[in-house]
Amino acid sequence: MNITFIPLSEFRPRMEALRQEKGMDFLRDIIGMDWGEEGIGAIYMLENSTTKENIAVATRTTDRENTIIPTVSDIWQIANMYEREVFDFFGVVFSGHPFMRRLYLRNDWVGYPLRKDYDESEALNPVRMFSEKNEEDYLHTLSPDGTITTTLDNSFDDKEYVINIGPQHPATHGVLRFRLSLEGEFIRKVDVHCGYIHRGIEKISEKYTYPQILALTDRLDYLSAHQNRHALCMCIEKAMGLEITDRTQYIRTIMDELQRIDSHLLFVSCAAMDLGALTAFIYGFRDREKLLDIFEEVTGGRLIQNYNTIGGVQADITSGFAGKVKEYCKYILGKLQEYNDVFTNNTITRKRMIDVGVLSKEDAISYGCTGGTGRASGWSCDVRKRHPYALYDKVDFKEVLYSKGDCYDRLRLRIDEIKESVKIINQLIDNIPEGDYKVKTKPIIRIPEGSYHAAVEGSRGEFGVFIESRGEKSPYRIKFRPMGLPLVASMHTLLKGCKIADLMAIGATLDYVIPDIDR
Amino acid sequence: MEMKKPVIKSIPYEEFKDNETLESLITELNKERTNVVVGALDDLINWGRSNSLWSLTFATSCCGIEFMSVGAARYDFARFGFEVTRNSPRQADLIMVAGTITHKMAPVLKRLYDQMAEPKYVVAVGGCAISGGPFKSSYHVLNGVDKIIPVDVYIPGCPPRPEAILYGMMQLQRKVKVEKFFGGVNRQQKSGDATEDYPIIITNVPQDITDKEREQ
Repeated sequence: MNITFIPLSEFRPRMEALRQEKGMDFLRDIIGMDWGEEGIGAIYMLENSTTKENIAVATRTTDRENTIIPTVSDIWQIANMYEREVFDFFGVVFSGHPFMRRLYLRNDWVGYPLRKDYDESEALNPVRMFSEKNEEDYLHTLSPDGTITTTLDNSFDDKEYVINIGPQHPATHGVLRFRLSLEGEFIRKVDVHCGYIHRGIEKISEKYTYPQILALTDRLDYLSAHQNRHALCMCIEKAMGLEITDRTQYIRTIMDELQRIDSHLLFVSCAAMDLGALTAFIYGFRDREKLLDIFEEVTGGRLIQNYNTIGGVQADITSGFAGKVKEYCKYILGKLQEYNDVFTNNTITRKRMIDVGVLSKEDAISYGCTGGTGRASGWSCDVRKRHPYALYDKVDFKEVLYSKGDCYDRLRLRIDEIKESVKIINQLIDNIPEGDYKVKTKPIIRIPEGSYHAAVEGSRGEFGVFIESRGEKSPYRIKFRPMGLPLVASMHTLLKGCKIADLMAIGATLDYVIPDIDR
Repeated sequence: MEMKKPVIKSIPYEEFKDNETLESLITELNKERTNVVVGALDDLINWGRSNSLWSLTFATSCCGIEFMSVGAARYDFARFGFEVTRNSPRQADLIMVAGTITHKMAPVLKRLYDQMAEPKYVVAVGGCAISGGPFKSSYHVLNGVDKIIPVDVYIPGCPPRPEAILYGMMQLQRKVKVEKFFGGVNRQQKSGDATEDYPIIITNVPQDITDKEREQ
């Protein structure tokens, strides 16, 4: 991967030019980096959403105490969240950012964990058993000239009626926390708090060897375990120059699609459960169990399969695999009508979802909401089409697109995508070529020096892996692009003016998985 | 009155592991003899309690999805009386800690535990809740929930299979069955147990209900 370094003084005008002149409207990711003596900074991965042209630019500064970089949060809306993440992990202050504060860790956390000189001792950061104070008490704003002013309240003022939802709440799909400002029943403002399941995967990866890191990717977004691991394996194989066999490609593609069906089934079930339709939840899980049986037979695991490995897959497919998958595909197509009857075409569902939580295409791109959410808004953002990998350029499938971008579109899109996944599987399942399922690799895997990137279409968006290697057996820096963070960031726009009951419908159809956001 | 062995209908006693812990609990109970009436009532109440264990929905990560599977059609934990999950800690009997507990989550979990009414139980589901699991070496992960709250049953696995979760829940049922209810678990909590290091301070109290005006 080529990274263009921009000096700090030219950074802001160059970024504006990239947005205006080159049409780089999709900010894929901001990767914070500590290059050691060369400085601390960030890598910006940009893409033109129409021409699919890619570029990676970076900027850095050697000042470790007062690390200040101009913000781009007014150019791309998602940069707001990404910059907070970089601030959290590296202590880079983005001047001009509207509300610079930590994203994942507690406000009273000492140090910036992903810096190379971070002190990990327990004494500095013991388990604090008292409640965290809200940010108002700590608010620092940084003006463009570099002076920090501390003011009291910014996110909510005294007159607002603020309620707290989460982190333990059934509608948040895990441990996400919202602070909502209400006016009667209507939501005026929302502040999302992440980090309740921040496990520091990127930091521990720097200590682990490459095969060890593989185990952690499955636990990021456990509903796209295959795709996550596929992305990391692909990135490492690309870096090593390892050619994998056709048989592996077939198996990986089929498994990715099966996992997508699994995830979408769970999506429909949980969306139904959140809206109170418990029958649809039972139906969805009934069909999901049948799929998990297939996973279990081949990989040995139900939810977390640990199947992909560097150079191939862990074990060959079983003899009855093809037959069972074909049978399942036939079965699930028949059941989709049942979901539509029970849930999708239900009057209550329609009333609660149609025209609720509309995300425009421009906002979807600016927020970087990939996956089903982006496609429901009419943005063709499927990595399988944009940057084909594995066998996706050889199979025939349609990228499902809707135009309105409301909750109902997001729901129907998932059901349609199940059909497309079945179509892909049917094209591949009878033609799995003979051959090795795994290429032999050296016992200790080292990656040549450089930066590498790979992306796959996860169950709920683009999942990217960035590896910076210094030729060691563990990475110098590894970054996973979270699929859910852009979705959660867009909540602010989606919820404004909605009723508080719509939060359930919107949260359910955005389909985020919290451990993937927090990593 | 003699205590009997904790019986679960569907599995013979010999097929359970960790019977020694329960047997030691029984001998301890038998040391102080119980009144026949109270003992019979204990048995009756424990039978009822063990067959209606309501859990708090507390799932932080992967194990939560397996917990949902246990609740769905194939594994169906309603057969054992666990079908009701509560979203409020006030109404829950047990807390299923399904998933990693991080530094930021630890005070929240402690508070949820403190808010539950006695008798209350904790089930640690999965490697992360037991010891930190695959994330043990992380700077932000609590290495085992038993560091902050007492755990009754550990269910290993990453994530545990639904059968394992059911087995663990049945172990909890057996534990409930051998407990002394009256004068025992129903009055366990002492004042001062649940004090927080940090008191909850309510600020911005509107003018009309300040102490001064209340006195007048």
